[in-house]
Amino acid sequence: MPVESIFPRLEALLPKVQKPIQYVGGELNSTVKDWDSADVRWALMYPDAYEVGLPNQGVAILYEILNELPGTLAERTYAVWPDLEALMRAEGVPQFTVDAHRPVRAFDVFGVSFSTELGYTNLLTALDLAGIPLRAADRGEDDPIVLAGGHAAFNPEPVADFLDAAVLGDGEQIAIAISEVVREWKAEGRPGGRDELLMRLAESGGVYVPKFYDVDYHPDGRIKRVAPNRPDVPWRVHKHTVMDLDEWPYPKKPLVPLAETVHERFSVEIFRGCTRGCRFCQAGMITRPVRERSITTIGAMVENGIKESGFNEVGLLSLSSADHSEIGDVAKGLADRYEGTNTSLSLPSTRVDAFNIDLANEFSRNGRRSGLTFAPEGGSERMRKVINKMVTEEDLIRTVTTAYSQGWRQVKLYFMCGLPTETDEDVLGIADLAKKVIKAGREATGSRDIRCTVSIGGFVPKPHTPFQWAGQADHETVDRRLKALRDALRGDKEYGRAIGYRYHDGKPSIVEGLLSRGDRRVGAVIRAVWEDGGRFDGWSEHFSYERWMAAAERCGVDVGWYTTREREENEVLPWDHLDAGLDREWLWQDWQDAVSGGEVEDCRWTPCYDCGVCPTMGTEIQIGPTGRKLLPLTVV
Amino acid sequence: MRYAKRGRLRFTSHRDISRAVERAVRRAGIPVAYSAGFSPHPKISYAGAAPTGVASEAEYLEIGVTTPCDPEQVRSALDESLPPGLDVLDVVESGSGSLADRLEFSDWEVRLRGADHGPALVAVEKFLAAEAVEVERLTKKGPRRFDAREAVVSLVVSEGTDRTAAQVGGQSCVILRMVVRHMTPAVRPDDVLTGLRLVADFAPPVPPEVTRLAQGPLDASTGALADPLDLDRDTTRGGEAGPVGEHVAG
Repeated sequence: MPVESIFPRLEALLPKVQKPIQYVGGELNSTVKDWDSADVRWALMYPDAYEVGLPNQGVAILYEILNELPGTLAERTYAVWPDLEALMRAEGVPQFTVDAHRPVRAFDVFGVSFSTELGYTNLLTALDLAGIPLRAADRGEDDPIVLAGGHAAFNPEPVADFLDAAVLGDGEQIAIAISEVVREWKAEGRPGGRDELLMRLAESGGVYVPKFYDVDYHPDGRIKRVAPNRPDVPWRVHKHTVMDLDEWPYPKKPLVPLAETVHERFSVEIFRGCTRGCRFCQAGMITRPVRERSITTIGAMVENGIKESGFNEVGLLSLSSADHSEIGDVAKGLADRYEGTNTSLSLPSTRVDAFNIDLANEFSRNGRRSGLTFAPEGGSERMRKVINKMVTEEDLIRTVTTAYSQGWRQVKLYFMCGLPTETDEDVLGIADLAKKVIKAGREATGSRDIRCTVSIGGFVPKPHTPFQWAGQADHETVDRRLKALRDALRGDKEYGRAIGYRYHDGKPSIVEGLLSRGDRRVGAVIRAVWEDGGRFDGWSEHFSYERWMAAAERCGVDVGWYTTREREENEVLPWDHLDAGLDREWLWQDWQDAVSGGEVEDCRWTPCYDCGVCPTMGTEIQIGPTGRKLLPLTVV
Repeated sequence: MRYAKRGRLRFTSHRDISRAVERAVRRAGIPVAYSAGFSPHPKISYAGAAPTGVASEAEYLEIGVTTPCDPEQVRSALDESLPPGLDVLDVVESGSGSLADRLEFSDWEVRLRGADHGPALVAVEKFLAAEAVEVERLTKKGPRRFDAREAVVSLVVSEGTDRTAAQVGGQSCVILRMVVRHMTPAVRPDDVLTGLRLVADFAPPVPPEVTRLAQGPLDASTGALADPLDLDRDTTRGGEAGPVGEHVAG
């Protein structure tokens, strides 16, 4: 039986809210399928505002793949802002999808993609507005399966009470597999109810169902063990890895919103995974191994994407795009193809070397050379060794000087504060580096019209990284160092005015740390914060540190124990039963090497150092070069 | 070019529309001209866009092209490339004179669901009888007071049946139809509604549904608005009379 659209009821509320266009759907290339044409129905959520969620590649790819699957439909839903939330509550309008404005509770699977832990409170708002019980244990046969994915799902324990299931890793194939399990179970007349459906998913070893695992604790609060509480449920749940990205050239039909969003471009992932081995980087650790898309597939995807979307910017995405084995040919080929068409190309650039500037020059043939970004991450040579970011000061100065002398006026440098073993001097080293950059730039160009912006992010230790055992720096220490750095930059008469400084205070990182490395006991804090009005924690105007601390205290949760406490080697970590493929001993050894300043090479170009991923997951590095080139197209 | 914004697309802002049009122009392969300079922009100019939340059958824009194009081909290609609800209705080759200057008046339809006909009639009579009706509106520069009466050329009340699907059985509704002169500051239908509240305490129970039906110069003999694109048709096609655009209530 078709499900009625809630749009007429929503429409009456829209004149009263900010940016109503974000709630009406109708994006170019969006899909509305007949409800009865499908027997498996997914509501996909990115738990942030539409303007952030719409450009998300993960949701867009799954949306397209599921809608291509016969008998399956997928619609999208996003977090509604508090103004609409209040009206929806007053008028009894449920959480809806933007495609056909169907109530989320009517779907079979409610899939939520967590790029960051700061979306957890928004999950609770959506569940509550949808009329789905917050606790998985309270859900009945008419409620959808609430399924989490995305990078934060590699430790879903803090939201385990609110989830029916979680999936680790690449979503393409597992989303299809889950659809088939649901289809079969429904066709059989839903034997055994939702419990049996969850059992069928859990038995495969590819879907984590938190309620089938019990957590025991030591008297001192550490976890004693995490064990399955039913036979046939595996001890560990493994991540999913898509091999051969050329077989999965999505998005084919990019969503083009009417509303303004944070990224207004067509994005192509040119590879997945990264083996540079930066120790702070969770993405680099959990997405191994490197799998490149071939130059020909990239070229075809860009051509198709521009044609289908009308976007005038193409982003070549990955964790370190300049590392693609044929990036030079990709850059030149695309620059040739789109020269004179007002289509611009962008590459998130992080590598500090001259080659990167060659690429940037290719991408700015129209003469627009505004800013280049590099990420040395650590302010001192010692710090960069600890995090395994192998960039010397000499490399950086040489690279930046080249950039300035080739016409780039502005260089942005990214750093982190609060890294393991960090001292005040390491952070003050950022000021010295920035001054040297300006000095070298002025000498190279003979001009004072050059700038450098220093951007600082707070470091948060993440699960499945060598720093998963590290004590996080407390926010007082981080704030003190950031202030000292500010004084060192501002106080400099010669260079201070040429250096911009951007940073955030250390408090949000503590909450992120609590949620990143938390266990199931942190769920009560999330719920208490949400009940106290916590929403949109990724937005500084909505985030309240005090609210989180007060909630933690009410729940008897010691925030410091979860964040600033260093863990011992043998402590059971809340995510140890979730397998990202990384060998625990290798991670521990890498953590020890970090403290003693030992470095790791990139296994793309040097022998395997046994991180464990490929043998555990049955995967392998997939890189070029293919030797092919891109030909310019005749642009219509 | 005349285009409509209809249905749920009435919630687009003028910025949303300009992004959508720029992308549609590229998808449609229209040879749009770009401005010179550091960051080239497509030469598309928008004349007085209807506010967010207001539907329109008569929005206008001009696109600069690098080579002559067949207007009907541009119309169908662009209409095809825009999402349904942003519909291209009429395209002519621009002649002499400024299009913006010809958009002197707007013809608005305002549907007031659940409002009563009698009080509406009284309020409109009082409003029209007044010399001036000072209203206040919050603009970007803060609250601003201005006269909402002078700009209103005509204002009539009629009764209609509500067409919104949510309303079961076609609840009665009041329809206001008004021709308003474009002035600075602009007098919008909601300013006129504010005026009706001030003169007669008339306030509809739910937000009004507003549609712009036409824009153009006023034909003094009929009191209706003339098609502002007629002049372009005259100058570019040697005086041949063009069809008058249909006014479809949205």
